[in-house]
Amino acid sequence: MSLLAVRNLDVNFDTPDGEVHAVTKLNFSISAGDALGIVGESGSGKTQTMMAVMGLLAENGHASGQALFKGHDLLQMDTAELNHHRGKEIAMIFQDPMTSLNPYLSIEKQMVEVVMHHQGLSKAEARAHALEMLSAVRIPDPERRIRQYPHEYSGGMRQRVMVAMGLVCEPDLLIADEPTTALDVTVQAQICQLMSELRRKSNTAIILITHDLGVVAGLCDKVLVMYAGHPVECGSVEQIYYRPRHPYTKGLLDSVPRLDQPEEKGLHAIPGNPPNLLSLPRGCRFRERCPKAFADCVEAPPMSVDSEGHAYRCFLDEPA
Amino acid sequence: MNDRVLRVQDLSVHFKVSEGGFFNSQAHVLKAVNGVSFDLSAGETLGVVGETGCGKSTLARAILGLIKPNRGRVLWLGEELGKLDEETLRQKRKDLQIVFQDPLAALNPRMTVRDIIAEPLWTFYPKIARVQVDERVRGVMKMVGLLPNQVNRYPHEFSGGQCQRIGIARALVLNPKLVVCDEPVSALDVSIQAQIINLLKDLQTKLGLSLVFIAHDLSVVRHISDRVMVMYLGCCMEISARANLYKRPLHPYTNALIKAVPVPDPKLARVDADTGLTGDMPSPLSPPPGCVFHSRCPQSVKRCKLEVPALRRMENGDWVACHRAEELDLTIGD
Repeated sequence: MSLLAVRNLDVNFDTPDGEVHAVTKLNFSISAGDALGIVGESGSGKTQTMMAVMGLLAENGHASGQALFKGHDLLQMDTAELNHHRGKEIAMIFQDPMTSLNPYLSIEKQMVEVVMHHQGLSKAEARAHALEMLSAVRIPDPERRIRQYPHEYSGGMRQRVMVAMGLVCEPDLLIADEPTTALDVTVQAQICQLMSELRRKSNTAIILITHDLGVVAGLCDKVLVMYAGHPVECGSVEQIYYRPRHPYTKGLLDSVPRLDQPEEKGLHAIPGNPPNLLSLPRGCRFRERCPKAFADCVEAPPMSVDSEGHAYRCFLDEPA
Repeated sequence: MNDRVLRVQDLSVHFKVSEGGFFNSQAHVLKAVNGVSFDLSAGETLGVVGETGCGKSTLARAILGLIKPNRGRVLWLGEELGKLDEETLRQKRKDLQIVFQDPLAALNPRMTVRDIIAEPLWTFYPKIARVQVDERVRGVMKMVGLLPNQVNRYPHEFSGGQCQRIGIARALVLNPKLVVCDEPVSALDVSIQAQIINLLKDLQTKLGLSLVFIAHDLSVVRHISDRVMVMYLGCCMEISARANLYKRPLHPYTNALIKAVPVPDPKLARVDADTGLTGDMPSPLSPPPGCVFHSRCPQSVKRCKLEVPALRRMENGDWVACHRAEELDLTIGD
C-alpha cells in the first residue's frame, strides 16, 4: 500500500476576480522510502497541492478529492486529527528558512517543543535528542548553537535547522517545498547531500517540490511534472529525463542552462507565457506554447499510461 | 588597447556598520568590494558570479557611480567618473544603464508602460516632441518582444518575464553603450529565463552593447559571457575567458562553484556531487586573514593563511588570485 495516495485532487480559490483553478484532477502516490519530485514553474499548482494535503490552504481555498495517508483521508480530518499526523508523521520544510522559524524563540525552544509535544519525552531527553539532530545536519558546536536565535544563523544553517526540525520526530513523509531555492549553489549542494543521506538512513519518504530539474535528478526516483494546475507527465527519473513524452517536459529540460554540454548548443526557451489560471484555455493547457500543437489539441487530452507505467497528458504517441 | 570602454582599477567600497547594543556598540568596516580591477571592451560581455554577500551588486552600483568608492577608480571612455561634476556625470549616465533583479519591484506600479519607458527620454531631453517619444517607445518595445499596443497597460498586467522586458526596454531607450544587468533572470522561471538570456544576447549583437551580467550561478552566465569574473567576500578570485573557465578553472573556488551546479541528468547527478567545500561563508565583517577563501579551500596550504594572493595575469591572459594556480590542475572531468 502506498504511504500517501492523492486521488482526483482539485484545489480552487475564490478571488474577487473569479475562481482560480490552482490544481485540477491530480493523481499521484508515494510509497515508504521513495523520493518523488514535483516539478513545475510558478503558478503550476505544486505548492498548493501540498498545502491542501497538509490542511494549510488559505481561507478562500478549498480542496476536493482524496489524500489518503496510510489509508486515512487527510482532507476529511479536522485540525485536531490533522495535528496528530502533522509534525510527527508528516513534516514539511518551507522555502524561506527565515520566515518559517520564529525569530523570538531560540532554536532550543523551537526544537524541544516539537519533540516534547509529539514524542512525550521529558525536557532533558528532548534537548538531548535535538542536539543529536543538530549534529546530524552538521551544525558545528551544537551545544552553543542551540541557545542562539535564528538571526544568528546564516541562510544555509537556518535551512539545515529546518531539516533537523522536520526530521526530529522521524516522520514517515517529509515534504520539502523548494528547500534550496533561497540558497547559494554551494550550500544547495550541501543540503541536497544531507537530505539524501538522511533518507537512506531513516527510510523517510520525500516529496520534493522544486522548479530545478537538476536538484530532482540528484535526489528523486520518480518525477511528476505540472503545468498550469494539470499534471502533464509522471514517471521514473530515467523516463522523464531521457524519454520525455510531453512537449512541455522536453521544453523545460532544454531551457535549463547545463554545464555538462558544449556551449554551442545554445539555450532553448519556451515561447510565450503560462496561461492565466482565471481564464484557462480550452483543451490542452500547453497548446498555445507547444511547438507540436495540432487541431486535436483544442480538446483536453486524457492522461495516458504506456506499458512501462510512464504517464503523460498528450495526444501525440511519440517521444517529445 | 583602444577599444576598452570601461576600466575599473583597484576599486574598493567599504561600509561602516555598528554591531552590539546601544551602549557598547562597536564600529566595524565591511569591505563589500575590495580591490577589484578589470577592463571591458566595446561589445563585450563580462559575467560576474559569486554567492550572496560577495559584493557583486555593490560592484554594479559603484561602476555606475551610484556609490562613491573608498579607493580606486572607474574610467568610462578614459574619464574618471568619480572626478566629474554632477551635471557632466548626469550626462554620462545616458551611456550607462542598469537592469534590476526583481522586475516587478523595479517598475512603478502607478505608471503605464509608456511612461515607464519614456521617463529617461523626458529626463534627458525635456523638449522632445510627444510624437517622437511615442515612436521611440514603440520601437524599443518591439525590439524587446513586447506588443506596442500594450503601451497603456500597467506593470501588474504583465507576467514576470514581460516585466523584465519592460525593464530592459527602459534601459535601452536612450541608446546606452553599457548595460549593467544585476541578476536579471534570478527571479524568473527557467523557460522564461532562457528567453531573457537569448533576448539580451541578440540585443547585444544588434546594438553593439557592452554588458556586465551579474548572476549567482555559473550556468546562467555561460551562454552570454565572453569572460567571467568570480568574486568571493568582496575580492576578485578569477577573471577568465569563457572557454578556459568552464574547462580548466584556475581558482579552487571557481572549481567548487562549477561542481555545485546540479546537472539535470539522473546518471551524472548522483556521482561527484561533492563540491569539496566545507562550512559556511565567513562573515564579511571579519574575513579570514591571508586568502579570504582559505578557510573553506580544499587546496589551502600554510602560505594561504598568511599572505594575501595578488590578482595576477597568467600566460594565457586570464587573471587569478591564488598562490597555487600554476601547480593545481583543476580540469573539469567529463
